[in-house]
Amino acid sequence: MLTKKVKKRASFLSALLCLSVIAIFIILKSLSSNILYFKSPTDIKNVQDLNLSKKIRVGGMVKKNSITVKNEEIIFIITDFKNDLKVSYSGTVPNLFSEEKGVVAEGKLQDKKFFIADRILAKHDENYMPPELKDIMKNVK
Amino acid sequence: MLSNLGNILLFINVFLSVLIIYFASQNIKTSGNSISETIYQTTLLQTTLIFGCFFTLVAAFITSDFSLINVFENSHTSKPLLYKISGSWGNHEGSLMLWVIILTIFSFFFLINNKTHPKNYRLFTLIFQNIIILGFLSFILFNSNPFTLISPAPKEGLGLNPILQDPALAIHPPLLYIGFVGSSIYFSAAMASLITNYSEKFFAKSIKNWVLISWVFQTLGILVGSIWAYYELGWGGFWFWDPVENASLLPWFAMTALFHSLIVLEKRNVLYFWVIILCLLTFVLSVTGTFLVRSGILNSVHTFANDPNRGIYMLSFLCLMIFSSLFLLFKKYRKNNYNINFNSKETYVLINNWFMLFYLLTVLIGTLYPIFTDALTENKISVGPPFYNTVIIPVVVIFLFFMAIGPNVKWIKNKFDNLISLIIIFILALIINFIIVYFFKSFTILSNLIIISSLFLIISSLIDLKKSLEKSKFDLARIISHLSFGFLILFIGLNHNFSLEEDFNMKVGDTKSFNNYEIKFKKLEVKNFKNYKSLIGDLEIKDKKMSQIKTLNPEIRIYESPSTLTYEAAIKTNIIKDYYLTMSNIDRSDFYNIKFQKKPMMFWIWVSCMVLAIGGFLRVFQNAKSN
Repeated sequence: MLTKKVKKRASFLSALLCLSVIAIFIILKSLSSNILYFKSPTDIKNVQDLNLSKKIRVGGMVKKNSITVKNEEIIFIITDFKNDLKVSYSGTVPNLFSEEKGVVAEGKLQDKKFFIADRILAKHDENYMPPELKDIMKNVK
Repeated sequence: MLSNLGNILLFINVFLSVLIIYFASQNIKTSGNSISETIYQTTLLQTTLIFGCFFTLVAAFITSDFSLINVFENSHTSKPLLYKISGSWGNHEGSLMLWVIILTIFSFFFLINNKTHPKNYRLFTLIFQNIIILGFLSFILFNSNPFTLISPAPKEGLGLNPILQDPALAIHPPLLYIGFVGSSIYFSAAMASLITNYSEKFFAKSIKNWVLISWVFQTLGILVGSIWAYYELGWGGFWFWDPVENASLLPWFAMTALFHSLIVLEKRNVLYFWVIILCLLTFVLSVTGTFLVRSGILNSVHTFANDPNRGIYMLSFLCLMIFSSLFLLFKKYRKNNYNINFNSKETYVLINNWFMLFYLLTVLIGTLYPIFTDALTENKISVGPPFYNTVIIPVVVIFLFFMAIGPNVKWIKNKFDNLISLIIIFILALIINFIIVYFFKSFTILSNLIIISSLFLIISSLIDLKKSLEKSKFDLARIISHLSFGFLILFIGLNHNFSLEEDFNMKVGDTKSFNNYEIKFKKLEVKNFKNYKSLIGDLEIKDKKMSQIKTLNPEIRIYESPSTLTYEAAIKTNIIKDYYLTMSNIDRSDFYNIKFQKKPMMFWIWVSCMVLAIGGFLRVFQNAKSN
């Protein structure tokens, strides 16, 4: 026979366990739907099933002579020296966004050649490169 | 010369730490309950010398002694004096000096302020604290020595990152470090308490003020960092769930959980081991945070110069800390039979702790997840704000209700006799919410819930305030902190939902119209300053409804050493809202990118966060008075 106290504690512990399982489940569930994958233009070219609805980050260099400014948007080309990707962005460009400098853009792909960015990531100094970008550059050289 | 002096002082400090550990372990063996004078004197000497060491570094920065690599890399003769000084802790090596200083000061004050507690408990705390000090001193000496020479000495320094030349960022590291590093003292005290079996009530008494002090500074540090991010980074936000920001938030959650459960330990003598675990956890998280920030393992927008060796040293130090504390914990763990009623203040404090741990876990998983996926699958990913917002915001709603009800629940056994007043408060919150929504004309379900729950907390805290004023029995610290937390969430909610943002590409002379506003790009000027050149825009914003005209002057600054561009946002603050304007040039064109934002309640977000910290300070004073 379980005493009343033990029963109470058992129900309390099982409730706690359930709660924490639910909590972990919620965390992991929303984690998997909210992560951003980082791709280079070559990755995008090679990918088989293109998911256009999911946000991603693309990174590479801004191609020389590729920036064009219109009234409402900026268009430029991100390159990893093998493949290019055209990017359209309307919004503030961060510090040190310029041609032949590294860039990371966040947004959605329209097709394999065109990307609409809703954020360009800011950087603090001109020598800084995001770790992801460094790896890409290493692979190229 | 300064380099030699600094190095000598560092070595003496290592020697003194070893000496203190030796004296303390000798003193433990003796009978009696007094600590020998030599230990006091050595600790005082240690504190004085570490200050000497730090001031040597500051002196090197002030006199621009470029024979030190650290000064050469982080300073410049043309830099204003304030930033020369703050430059000494703005870099990795200097910030480690700050670590050691705070470790030492806390060690000293803990020793001299707890004379009523048993000798061995205090001595073991001193020993553990000095082991940590030794760990960091050797890190400084072998890996990150700020006094390393460069020869021949260069004529001019490389300068400090211009983004770091900012008053908020000059005081941000010391504030945050007092919080971070301050948690070391209750780590040591928890270890000492485990070893000496000095448990419960008196242990809680001895550490509670230290927890509060570190919590207050952590809060202020996070606040100042957010303010800086708001006006300097030019995004118009103040919190980005960036790994570096998360690193400062993790120990904050643990501290908050800790000082709440300390109340239970002190009053009711239960939850001892839980408190110990939180003490250990807080400092472990602080060191983890430093490791994440300094090792460069995470991809953050706030970049620090980094080097893998540092990471390895810190990681091994961290592992050592975790394993030794876990070992001690399991060795000393005994089942204690506690009996907590479901409906009692004890349970409510535990509920606070669960919420804190939930937030902690969420932020920790979100921060560390990219590291694991990178190592396991080579997928580069990042976890953005949507993750944190979807997980944390709904939980905050429930949390705020508990936060309002909890403080009025009685110890041991409670009866809900104030149910009617709770319902009235809830209805009141609902009504105010609808007034707000009607006034702003835009809402989502979640924002409504946030506003209702924070209003619920605010109103019940106000009622508590009125009651305690009538009875002249003050629990002011708690009421102020809970109240201001309610306001903080309310203002963040309002700010988040009712912000307005517009982007344009404009040339000088253009005029754009949107919503109720008209924006005019009047002119562009170039000015020369002491260490930078500046491109200043002159823009006029017209509020058509109020027929008000405001002029804002965003800047683009060009620094020479090192050559860097920064964008300075123009911000017009008033009581209700901020106008936030940034301007950036676009490569190879006459266009400037103008971003206009209207941010309601910004000023009040800062104020309520400030008051939250003041509440903590008040509690420290109350505690000091009652002793």
